[in-house]
Amino acid sequence: MSATAPAVPPASAGGTPPAPPPPGAPAGADTPRRRAQRRRRLVAALFLLPALLLLGALVVYPILFSIGRSLFDASGTRFVGADNYVEMFRDPSTLKAIRNTTIWVVITPAVLTGLGLILAVLTEKIRWATAFKLLMFMPMAISFLAAGIIFRITYEQDPERGVLNAVAVGVHDVFADRPAYPGARAREDAGETPVTKDADGSYGTAADLTPGSTVSLGIVGVPPKEVPADAEPAAPAPKAGDGVLAGTVHLDFVPGGGGEPGRIDSGERGLPGMTVQAVRDGKVVGETTTAADGSFRLTGLADGSYAVRLPASNFAEPYGGVSWLGPALVTPAIIAAYLWVWTGFAMVLIGAGLAAMPRDVLEAARMDGASEWQIFRSITVPLLAPVLTVVFVTQVINVMKVFDLVYIIAPGPVLQEANVLAVQMWLVSFGGGNNQGLGSAIGVLLLLLVVPAMIFNIRRFRRSQS
Amino acid sequence: MHRTTGSTRPTRRPRRRSAATAGAAAALLLSLTATACGGDATTASDDQKLKGETITVAGVWTGVEQKNFKKVMDAFSEKTGAEMKFVSTGDNVSTVVGSKIQGGNAPDVVFVPQVGVLEQFAEKGWLKPLSKEVDKLAGDNFAPVWKEYGTVDGTFYGLYFKASHKSTVWYSPEAFEQAGVTPPKDYDEMLEVGRTLSDSGLAAFSVAGEAGWPLTDWFENVYLSQAGPEMYDKLAAHEIPWTDPSVVKALTTLGELFGDKELVEGGGSGALNTDFPESVEKVFGSDPKAGMVYEGDFVAGLISGQFGKKVGEDAKFFPFPAVDGGKPPVVGGGDAAVVLDEGKNANAGMEFVEFLATPEAARVWAEAGGFLSPNEALDLNAYQDETTRETAKSLVEAGDTVRFDMSDQAPAAFGGTQGAGEWKILQDFLRDPSDPKATAEELEAAAAKAWKKS
Repeated sequence: MSATAPAVPPASAGGTPPAPPPPGAPAGADTPRRRAQRRRRLVAALFLLPALLLLGALVVYPILFSIGRSLFDASGTRFVGADNYVEMFRDPSTLKAIRNTTIWVVITPAVLTGLGLILAVLTEKIRWATAFKLLMFMPMAISFLAAGIIFRITYEQDPERGVLNAVAVGVHDVFADRPAYPGARAREDAGETPVTKDADGSYGTAADLTPGSTVSLGIVGVPPKEVPADAEPAAPAPKAGDGVLAGTVHLDFVPGGGGEPGRIDSGERGLPGMTVQAVRDGKVVGETTTAADGSFRLTGLADGSYAVRLPASNFAEPYGGVSWLGPALVTPAIIAAYLWVWTGFAMVLIGAGLAAMPRDVLEAARMDGASEWQIFRSITVPLLAPVLTVVFVTQVINVMKVFDLVYIIAPGPVLQEANVLAVQMWLVSFGGGNNQGLGSAIGVLLLLLVVPAMIFNIRRFRRSQS
Repeated sequence: MHRTTGSTRPTRRPRRRSAATAGAAAALLLSLTATACGGDATTASDDQKLKGETITVAGVWTGVEQKNFKKVMDAFSEKTGAEMKFVSTGDNVSTVVGSKIQGGNAPDVVFVPQVGVLEQFAEKGWLKPLSKEVDKLAGDNFAPVWKEYGTVDGTFYGLYFKASHKSTVWYSPEAFEQAGVTPPKDYDEMLEVGRTLSDSGLAAFSVAGEAGWPLTDWFENVYLSQAGPEMYDKLAAHEIPWTDPSVVKALTTLGELFGDKELVEGGGSGALNTDFPESVEKVFGSDPKAGMVYEGDFVAGLISGQFGKKVGEDAKFFPFPAVDGGKPPVVGGGDAAVVLDEGKNANAGMEFVEFLATPEAARVWAEAGGFLSPNEALDLNAYQDETTRETAKSLVEAGDTVRFDMSDQAPAAFGGTQGAGEWKILQDFLRDPSDPKATAEELEAAAAKAWKKS
């Protein structure tokens, strides 16, 4: 606003204002010209006042108050100087929050702008563009809280709840066999042929069995409903002949208790379908599976001493899917949820920029024989640069203050791993920490980080106006 | 903290059984007149002496609890003619009450759910010391420990009316029968039972590791039994550091259970994906995965309400067993009634608190269900089902060895914050319990920080 050259003479001077001359004005120079100027300033100030008051009360005052508060301790009574700032950079959880916020800022706006650009350019070429855009834009209509809850459930570890893991497990099970008795284990140090657990999860007897001997292997930890329906009462170890190791694999547990560990008691059932191996000098020389009564015969064995082994594949835990919300993947998982919400927005904004692009340039390029890729790289992207920058910078600011998605999606035990500055600020000040001094210090840090992006945005805004 | 030992036996008042209401009314009159009026004849005017006065009561209760508490208030207004109003504060009692006081609209009686809040109120000077009559009734009817927890700097402010019992291990009788085991008597036996359960194909315990607070309760029970109430008080007040050998020992004992893949459903990492309702579902839901789940008496509500099982038949509990030859622990908690200085009818409010100290008030809610009273004079037959009766019995019998939840007494930054402090450190411990000493050091570091700030 310029108030230097008043072109309009004063409309009507009702009375001489008693105000002193403005500073810097020569004494006695109260000309109508100056009076008009003052008047204009007054009117301007009057119009600006409500906005200034609001800004002052809602923005400037809180900022100043936070800065002041950050210099005091938790109770707000003792001045501690820069202690909160020192503490902030010493506290591992705040450092982790800074690290994660950095990851967010580096990755998210770039990916988001890229995705938005690609989708915008592609939707230009398809028939149902409006419907597609509408669909992509829809997540914007969902609150972050709701989106957070949706993704929290989507990422759930239990395949019966989390749809992502349901897919992962489904695909995995198509390619891999399910183990026969997941979670079961052999009873160690019991019975005549005690077994020991190896490092790889398999169970084996001592390597002193000669062909012709029999073994009985007791298994526990099989839920009653997981015992195959065709399982028959465990048979005593069958007769072994020449070159044969025989035995029984049985469920060494009588429902209701009782029974002696390591022995086949009445009421105990054989476990069919268990893989049994004969091992000699660390090499598997024979393999078979148990029958319905749990019996097995390893045949064709030369003289010598063998160990009978139940390989780990019998007992392997079923594939549980990916731990999306585990410490390692939680931040990428939340970023993906954020992208789901915002991609539509970026696409629509960039799409608007595309629509406003001069078509003649594109056509000229096509006439000159440029390929679509060349057009995209050398014409579309440079011409779209202003829009892309707006999207990018807005997202940088947005991402720095991300709170809801992180707070909702990250489960308690990994909240620290997923922590970002805005969440840490809240946790420290209100969410149990009750230290608003330290919280204000984190708030000030957040402000300092956002300011460059703000200045950049304002500069751009000004330039585009002039 | 110094505590008196040996509980005074409650003086039993004559009570007629035949007509429950009439009996309760008569006993109430007796107790009221005996304590407040010096035992004079009960005249009609005395009966309705609070007519025209309105007592406002604030508490965290909503829903069924609020409905049942209203019955207690109705019983009081029937006796005294006072009009009763209940205001629900929601979870954040101190904020709501604080703003009501500032707004000149203070309730007369408030139920505070935590020791810390009670202390905070007392320090702010919001509370009226309870009258001599309440003091006497509390002395007669309650184990001294309850009075201690209602006392701040030597002044008795809070009367614990409703209690909770956090030392109950819930189990599925069906799973126990299948495995052929019976409820254990001590901690080692519990692990043994757990291993047999695991042999039968069910995991022993379902542990709610995703929520941090059940882990703190686990630790508190083990510590209270193993190290004893005196050490427990010291640790709760942070008078001894968390690096104390007793803490390391308790963590080692707990780690024996947490670290055993066969005892914890899903192992440590599986437990960390289990939130509290889920942990109950894993034992009492449609597809049981474990045989036992440890948490307080409120599990019963979840079992019957959410999973449609019958408590007492499909779900039973045994008291948290003693560790290393100590006494079985009883970790408790409760809602304490306090009288606000600023309340318009604070004196009438005091009468109400006096009523709450009598077994008759407790009986009203006990009969309605969902309630435990620390009042020793309350006839256990007032409880409507066997399970509640047993819980109440164990709470009252524990007498002076009852201790309040330690994490509730700590600054929130240490004992009550998701993803930080004790919750987070015990979650890490659940994931890998191999180094109790390092865990104790981490706990001490977090505790030192939290206590310094508060």
